[in-house]
Amino acid sequence: MSKEIDTTVKVEDLSTFKETVLAKYPKKVAKKREKSILINDFDANPQIQANVRTIPGIITQRGCAYAGCKGVVLGPTRDIVNITHGPIGCGFYSWLTRRNQTKPENPDDPNYMTYCFSTDMQDSNIVFGGEEKLKQAIREAYELFHPKAIAIFSTCPVGLIGDDVHRVARQMVEEIGDGINIFGFSCEGYRGVSQSAGHHIANNGLFKNLIGRDDEVRGSAKYRVNLLGEYNIGGDAFELERIFEECGINLIATFSGNSTIQKFENAHTADLNMVMCHRSINYVAGMMETTFGIPWIKVQPIGAESTAKMLRKIGQYFGEQELIDRIEEVIAKEMVEVKIAQAKALIKTKGKMAMLFVGGSRAHHYQNLFEELGMTTLSAGYEFGHRDDYEGRTVIPTIQIDADSRNIEEITVTKDETRYNPRKTEEELKALAAGGMEFNEYDGLMAQMQKGSLVIDDLSHYEMEKLIEMYHPDVFCAGIKEKYAVQKMGVPLKQLHSYDYGGPYAGFKGAINFYNDIEMIACTGIWKELKAPWERESIVEAEYVY
Amino acid sequence: MLLRHTTAKEVDRKALTVNPAKTCQPVGAMYAALGLHGCLPHSHGSQGCCAYHRSALTRHFKEPVVASTSSFSEGSSVFGGSANLLTAIETIFTVYEPDVIAVHTTCLSETIGDDLNQIVSKAKEDGKIPDGKRVIYCNTPSYVGSHITGYSNQVAAFIKFFSTATPKKRNVINLIAGWMEPSDMRELKRIAKVMETRTILFPDMSGVMDSPLTGKYDIYPKGGTTVDEMIATGDSKFSIGMGMYCTQDACIKLENKCKVKFEVMEIPIGLKATDQFIMSLSRHGNVPVPDSITDERGRLLDLIADNSKYFYDKRVALFGDPDTLIPLVEFLLTLDMKPVYIVTGTPGKHFDEAMTEMLKDRVPEAKFRSGEGADLFRLHQWIKQEGVDLLIGNSYGKYIARDENVPFVRFGFPVVDRPGSNSFPHVGYVGAINWVTKLLDVILDHQDRTCAEEKVELVM
Repeated sequence: MSKEIDTTVKVEDLSTFKETVLAKYPKKVAKKREKSILINDFDANPQIQANVRTIPGIITQRGCAYAGCKGVVLGPTRDIVNITHGPIGCGFYSWLTRRNQTKPENPDDPNYMTYCFSTDMQDSNIVFGGEEKLKQAIREAYELFHPKAIAIFSTCPVGLIGDDVHRVARQMVEEIGDGINIFGFSCEGYRGVSQSAGHHIANNGLFKNLIGRDDEVRGSAKYRVNLLGEYNIGGDAFELERIFEECGINLIATFSGNSTIQKFENAHTADLNMVMCHRSINYVAGMMETTFGIPWIKVQPIGAESTAKMLRKIGQYFGEQELIDRIEEVIAKEMVEVKIAQAKALIKTKGKMAMLFVGGSRAHHYQNLFEELGMTTLSAGYEFGHRDDYEGRTVIPTIQIDADSRNIEEITVTKDETRYNPRKTEEELKALAAGGMEFNEYDGLMAQMQKGSLVIDDLSHYEMEKLIEMYHPDVFCAGIKEKYAVQKMGVPLKQLHSYDYGGPYAGFKGAINFYNDIEMIACTGIWKELKAPWERESIVEAEYVY
Repeated sequence: MLLRHTTAKEVDRKALTVNPAKTCQPVGAMYAALGLHGCLPHSHGSQGCCAYHRSALTRHFKEPVVASTSSFSEGSSVFGGSANLLTAIETIFTVYEPDVIAVHTTCLSETIGDDLNQIVSKAKEDGKIPDGKRVIYCNTPSYVGSHITGYSNQVAAFIKFFSTATPKKRNVINLIAGWMEPSDMRELKRIAKVMETRTILFPDMSGVMDSPLTGKYDIYPKGGTTVDEMIATGDSKFSIGMGMYCTQDACIKLENKCKVKFEVMEIPIGLKATDQFIMSLSRHGNVPVPDSITDERGRLLDLIADNSKYFYDKRVALFGDPDTLIPLVEFLLTLDMKPVYIVTGTPGKHFDEAMTEMLKDRVPEAKFRSGEGADLFRLHQWIKQEGVDLLIGNSYGKYIARDENVPFVRFGFPVVDRPGSNSFPHVGYVGAINWVTKLLDVILDHQDRTCAEEKVELVM
């Protein structure tokens, strides 16, 4: 099923990479890294080591649980006052840095995303406890802003000194009253091995505190869907909202790009969940299926073809000709401009090489776009993915749960007595599966990557340097911490967290933006000027003047 | 409106910080450590700290910021981070080969109470520190002070671990740099050269955080104060500390350790602080001030005199770090502007005293605040109470500037949405000329865009 790697791309044998980098590491480090670097051969069921601790001292791309919880999953919701309980730094660094765009419908609608709220813990709070300060901060936040919901995010010292943010939340709900919703997250930075722990903690909190609180069915009863794991970086969610609207698909909630409390509370009135970033949000999809009977499918609206594929899946799921026809019309209409932009970009991009090391889904999804640009992904990997994100969900039962994962709360949900409502009968699901629809399934990154390409989990700074030195890709995709090191080596880096402040890249218009941006990178002239004229001369004639 | 919930009405806040005008200690320590040549900063805590600090510094400088972390897990948080740091030291020296590892702590390792001295001694005993290599460390609890405190602690650690007095004093002046841009450090070195004084500048991020694009990446770029220079600071005859908050501690430590006398002055931003710097350099270097420097000063005066009408009585709001706000407020007063609102999240008395001293007669209506409760939310509320003609601060100021339609000059940390902080100095007379042109640019541009059509002037 894997495609062979494009042999027209002239590269050294990729297998030499592994031995080269391992030779540099201390023995213990080499032994551990050995299992996280492999040559892809999907048919041979290779196993990659992922979601394990980064070795101390290794310069990693990874962040922490707080970043995954507050920064990624809860950050993009505009009407929750998110209070960081801790010293000032964590709140400061997660203040507006992730480019989650949001668009309140009215000028008076709440939007707290431009604000940073922190308890700014001082040494006395560390010594004597910070709960009183947290309570006072919540009182002040309520007095100043009167939000419908306040969320509390724990930073490292909070767990150590024993502040109970959940108890504080309960007490403050009682004290303030007025229907306010206050809830805490135990997302201390040391939990788990990366941001991934924070995603899981956030998912649990979303489910316990927000989802299912509002049963009112608003708008059309037809074609009701949720989009999970889309964070509206650079306006991605806006573009997908536009496409759904064009198709007559009723988007109830996005988790969590351009979202509001009400959308979360109402999300269980949808009939299909679509999971975009599997890593950060699959838990919510699973819990909603168990509790409310909403099936979920994996989608990848990154790349024009795979956006079309997503829409067709929706059509197939609801099975109504009117919708299927409308979707085909929209695809046909959108594809006109897409094809023009693609043809223009292809002239410059075809045959070039990319490497992608980012996130828990982007390193996979963006390969769609590079394929559309005629480019080969030579090497890719996640910053905080798990084995299932590489090898597919079928491996989940075989993944060993280590101590770091065990520390993350796993909530058990059950069928909702009154509201559980299977959206499809067993027979219908079987028929859909026979028609090619996969429920609760994700094949992972390795299924898409070519045979012989290089898959690396939790890439280190050293490995990154070596990759570039040995294979000199035309574009390297990662984040801000990697950007300028890579560019000093003369290789352009495309940021796939922040899109280098451009985008959107999702959907049809997003694909066009991406084609244009990669074409631009391929054509940027400055990379050809790195040598001064006097450094280019092969012979320098010098004359001494006495 | 971007900050639609901010109103003029102030509420007494005791616990909630909204839109901070500071960040935490470790990022300052990381920045300062990058000013030592061949040094890898190491964050002893959770991975997130290191990732956040690297990202923040990278977004500001648009340069690689390489640092490592002890990658604490829940286990290390319970049992202590000693094993993590020992592994880290071995891994770093093998893989990334720095000359020096500069370890700083985080709120996590401080709360646990990890003893860095003990851990580093153990690393030495276990042979994890190769010959000629060093591991230095400082304590930077995030719940004390601010990023400025962390910077100060790292600079003081340089003294503790390197500065050595030999019997022979040298005719050298230590220039201890407070938090400033690499372009500023480059300018200070130029001034010292023009003055024909021998100096050691530390930390020195020029050549590190503004390295050239050549196609070759070096994890440890050419710049930075070398270890040998750092050791030699103990033999210098005098230290000039620039910025009370960032350098006083280092100056005192160096005097105690190596008997190097010192003077702490403001960072030479603007006319008067630069005058003071030049005079101090001249006095302690025992050199006359060359005409070329006097000419630079004269060119600055000429520019100010030519444009004074655009500055007079203009109301300015500022936020940032105390060591730069103090001389900047002084400079605005030199320009006959009115600094009316000044806020820094960094706590400390010197700021309050300096502001009182400068403003009590000249701008008696001025409001200023430092430390607790001194945040951008409050500054914005003051602006809503009575407007200003100009706002100066880091990139977060743009949300206020847009909502209030106020001309905005970016300055401080972080500036993440415009280049330039690194291209032009803010210090010295040349830096002051840059300041004047930058201020005029935004003030006059605002006038051009907002005045009535018939009032648009060609010549200004």
